[in-house]
Amino acid sequence: MAKNIDPSKHDLVPKHTLLSDKEKEELFARYRITFFDLPRIEKTDPAITHLNAKSGDVIKIIRKSKTAGEAVYYRGV
Amino acid sequence: MDKLFAEYKDKLPKIILDELQEKIPAKAGEARIRKILDAAVNEYNASLVEPGESVGLITAESIGEPGTQMTLNMFHLAGVSEMNVTTGLPRIIEILDGKKEISTPMMEIYLKKPYKDGKGIRELALRIKEIKLGETVQEFVLSVAEGKIEIILDPKKLEALHVDVDTIAKTLTKQVKGIQLKAKDNTIVVNTKKESINEVYKMKEKLKDTFVSGIKDITHVLPVKRGEEFIIITAGSNLAEVLLLDEVDDSRTISNDIFEVQKVLGIEAAREVIIKEVYKVIEDQGLNVDIRHIMLVASTMCFSGTIKGITRYGVVSEKGSVLARASFETPIKHIIDASMLGEEDQLTSVIENVMLNQPVPAGTGMTGLVVKEVVKEKKKD
Repeated sequence: MAKNIDPSKHDLVPKHTLLSDKEKEELFARYRITFFDLPRIEKTDPAITHLNAKSGDVIKIIRKSKTAGEAVYYRGV
Repeated sequence: MDKLFAEYKDKLPKIILDELQEKIPAKAGEARIRKILDAAVNEYNASLVEPGESVGLITAESIGEPGTQMTLNMFHLAGVSEMNVTTGLPRIIEILDGKKEISTPMMEIYLKKPYKDGKGIRELALRIKEIKLGETVQEFVLSVAEGKIEIILDPKKLEALHVDVDTIAKTLTKQVKGIQLKAKDNTIVVNTKKESINEVYKMKEKLKDTFVSGIKDITHVLPVKRGEEFIIITAGSNLAEVLLLDEVDDSRTISNDIFEVQKVLGIEAAREVIIKEVYKVIEDQGLNVDIRHIMLVASTMCFSGTIKGITRYGVVSEKGSVLARASFETPIKHIIDASMLGEEDQLTSVIENVMLNQPVPAGTGMTGLVVKEVVKEKKKD
């Protein structure tokens, strides 16, 4: 099986993006949290393998939500 | 006008902005639009959950109360299909407990054109279905004296299932060890090299169960028409392999096995599936639970990056406080473990403080009061 599944194409997979260090600082400052307060995501999660995230990175997730249209969520790797 | 809406992007959720943009007439003046938007922001802020609100408790009650009214009917037939699907309370328990092996795994396979319009859908469905050797066979002839099994295949079935003798022979040699076989026309002669009747018979049963084509674990396929298009519903689930098929629409095909979805599509997709599946059950029963409650539960289950059930092995074991863990289930085990490890309890959460008869950090108890003492400087004499 040469072909690989591309999870980002799937409707149920929201958009995952990697935050830069600066954005990370801003996020922590805005909500007055530390990295360990964030929900987590596995490094090997199929939806973020293409981002090559390292431990300590923060992933920004833009969900489509039924109640709010769009919802932003953050997960630490 | 677009610029004006962009200004409010951070203050209002997208769905409200979109609706407002649609409903406000284009000729409205800027000042008026601003007035409307400001009013919307006020209303929105007033409707938000207040900080310190015990949302988990409300969720538990909101799901628990209708749960008592759910029919305890475990199985019911969904329309004309012959498939049993777990619904009702057992299904909810299954999802929320994070059971790895669900009782009725299912998939909904959406297709690309031309299969979408029902063309060739039967053939495709049969190709997806897991086929065991036993289903293609007309007759097994056992020759006990020589330890041989002659498998006579049914040409009609072979044609219907799109497999040929050679591929079957190949898969057999690959999957069953210690046999030699020869394929000729529609018969395969297997030399088992075994002597007793028992062993030859056992080998026959083993061969019968050997998987020859299709996709593993998919035990039933059922093409149905949903809305405008045809889809295939399957019993048994193997998302990883089905998504690789060229004919399959890989943006909508979905399984009801949350752990499989997590493995193939990631934790966020799994969260969506949890919400969808729980909501489906509640809706089927004619009950009404706000989707936000289910979203909260699903988010909690997916907090750690993997799915954790609401059990003492799942989310409860993640709690920092010993007393909170002990208060759920198996208290003695938790207390003994904690004392052996010398754990400390900071009493930062609700339940520990309830135990100790102290104000809990929820609602108005969450805020502390900081007093800034003003010390007057003493006057110099």
